[in-house]
Amino acid sequence: MDLNFTAEEQAFRQEVRDFVAGALPPDIRHKVLNGLILERDDYVRWQRILHAKGWGGPAWKKDFGGTGWSTVQQYIFEEECAAAGAPRAIPFGLKMVAPVLMQYGSPKQQDRFLPRILAAQEWWCQGYSEPGAGSDLASLKTRAVRDGDRYIVNGQKTWTTQAQYADWMFCLVRTDPEAKPQRGISFMLIDMRSPGVTVRPIITMDGAHEVNEVWLENVEVPVEHLVGEENAGWTYAKFLLGHERTNIAGIGIAKRELARLKRLATIETKNGKPLIRDPLFSSRIAQVEIDLTALEITNLRVLAAEAERRAPGPEASILKIKGTEIQQAITELLVQVAGPYGLQLRREAMAAGYQGDPVGPFYTVPLGPNYLNMRKLSIYGGSNEIQKNIISQMILGL
Amino acid sequence: MDFSFTEEQQMLLDTTRRFVARDYSFEARRKIRETSPEGFSREAWKALADIGLLSINVPEADGGLGGSPVDTMLVMNAIGEGLLLEPYLSSAVLSSKAIALMGNEAQRSAFLPALAAGEKIAAFAHDEHASRFDRMAIGTRASPVGSGYVITGHKSAVVHAASADLLLVTARIESGAIGVFLVPRDTSGLRLVPFKTVDAVPAGEVWLDQVFVPATALLDGNEAKIAEVLDTGIAAICAEAVGALDKLLAATVEYARNRKQFGQPIGKFQALQHRMADMVLHIEQARSMSYLAAVRCNDPDPALRGTALSAAKVVVGQACRFVGQQAVQLHGGMGVTDELDVSHHFKRLMAIELQFGSTDTHLEAYAAQLA
Repeated sequence: MDLNFTAEEQAFRQEVRDFVAGALPPDIRHKVLNGLILERDDYVRWQRILHAKGWGGPAWKKDFGGTGWSTVQQYIFEEECAAAGAPRAIPFGLKMVAPVLMQYGSPKQQDRFLPRILAAQEWWCQGYSEPGAGSDLASLKTRAVRDGDRYIVNGQKTWTTQAQYADWMFCLVRTDPEAKPQRGISFMLIDMRSPGVTVRPIITMDGAHEVNEVWLENVEVPVEHLVGEENAGWTYAKFLLGHERTNIAGIGIAKRELARLKRLATIETKNGKPLIRDPLFSSRIAQVEIDLTALEITNLRVLAAEAERRAPGPEASILKIKGTEIQQAITELLVQVAGPYGLQLRREAMAAGYQGDPVGPFYTVPLGPNYLNMRKLSIYGGSNEIQKNIISQMILGL
Repeated sequence: MDFSFTEEQQMLLDTTRRFVARDYSFEARRKIRETSPEGFSREAWKALADIGLLSINVPEADGGLGGSPVDTMLVMNAIGEGLLLEPYLSSAVLSSKAIALMGNEAQRSAFLPALAAGEKIAAFAHDEHASRFDRMAIGTRASPVGSGYVITGHKSAVVHAASADLLLVTARIESGAIGVFLVPRDTSGLRLVPFKTVDAVPAGEVWLDQVFVPATALLDGNEAKIAEVLDTGIAAICAEAVGALDKLLAATVEYARNRKQFGQPIGKFQALQHRMADMVLHIEQARSMSYLAAVRCNDPDPALRGTALSAAKVVVGQACRFVGQQAVQLHGGMGVTDELDVSHHFKRLMAIELQFGSTDTHLEAYAAQLA
């Protein structure tokens, strides 16, 4: 047993670090490291920079233009990108629909979609949740009826992240209402510019517009945009959720935010001493850092197991729960660090280049909204309660 | 990065588990606990020696296996599963490690082969009433006189002291440094009151009143080396805890499958399923940290080592508390009985949580180095 990265892995880490340090545009780095609002273009620019380097698909096989990296290399890459202040990869194309297309898509679909995902030429969103189908995803009602060489789709999707930017949506639809819920679902790709697609914003409690309702009214979808077989969509959906969970521990981001917390706790004071030297507050930081240390090792254990089995197992649920708990705990402590300034909700001041009057130190501006925003972590990607169901059923056999 | 074990390590684990399965069933343990005058089995101790397990922390040059902390970890996993009462931690880990680390040629050859063979038992007499929050707060004094030292002090809850042939006593020498003395159990002036701790482990309260030892009894020790021995102990009990935690979870899941209420197994209730899922989270995090504890416990950098071991003790201690309490809770009334092994694992975890510094003590130590 050896908990150290190998010499090759350390050299790889250095290579990534050096590249990101030189290639990440300073304006993007500034936004990420200060918790300011990122625009669509920021994500696209960074993905194109990575693509130009040949690193656009860290988890992709070489056949599809990916890097062919090991899971540990992918982990190191994500950690280094997060630490340097790079935006997170937008997952919907790169990490969600792409693995499904590689595994189950037709060669034509692969050729049509994968290169444009890699080059950030097309933005994807995920059409899974519906008003009546959240944790119970299989109860979804959006209906697709075959009509010659096309489907006619009617229904409503919700919580659709960044649908306002999206060119395409991968979508779960019901193609057989008579079958058992899981058996009558299909997986299809919908052009967001199709007539009958309406995107309506949902504003979250931090004032952000990240998620949307997507209404589908008599939307025509050519049959060539059905992935795999009709009524086998549940299999693909589960495959996709497995991949989504692998990356959800968010170790790199948690480490970066913990570093922010420690930095700010040396600036802010209590009783004339830095907060980080206050016994109670430093113990709270210590608890989070210790939990994160443990999760990092747990994450690497899961990666090692995956490398042998080649597919994410139910252990990913452990990573999701602990990872989101830790990230949320850090956002809570960051509000505590900011004191009353943690209560400001001024989105205009979270835009890069804001010139208005300051309210409290600059670094306090995003801390309150960030706490509010990160409540989503334990809800999305299969709520933490659903993850516990998975653990009790798949790991404990209950 | 490699989480696999060598073939030899896997064999070590399997061998220890086989021993537990054959000689240390819960019923066998009950008999040992209730009828053995020493509170553990000399036969079992001999068996552990015969299969070589007592020599892992003895260097090859001294006739041992010269094993690694990961080897110790795997043996301790199985010891935690079987709740062994024998002085493995006291004699084969702490004392063997201490003598190997600080002993001169004569001291090593006098004791290490005998400890490895199970012919002698040693106990590590370090803790005092005042040292629980600061492990170097040692009040026992050793004053040089003529050809040796006179030791006076009071050692608290020394595990396996009553059965030990040899006590390793830490004491402050006049210069202010802490030394480790090899004190035979039958030395005049040493008084011992044996008692059992909640986990049925035999311990002893030890008073030293003007105990004379020759200069040859002093090991070449200091605070840094004593800390390394204690850190080795932390890593060992973290691994022992993981074994006990695994057993508790398995017992709880099994019980939840079989116990029926409201016409169905209680394991079908989501409130209980989620509690058991929380137990899994605690246990996997504890396992990760017991790995970290094992690979860091002999790190030459004391700061890196101390931080890692404190972090491990925090995660493992919190797992001990949560998993132990929930296992009892989910067993309902049966959980609080002496009859099931659940309460016995629970009590061992309660002891592990406090041994070598409580969870809060280690959290505080970790926090203090952040600034």
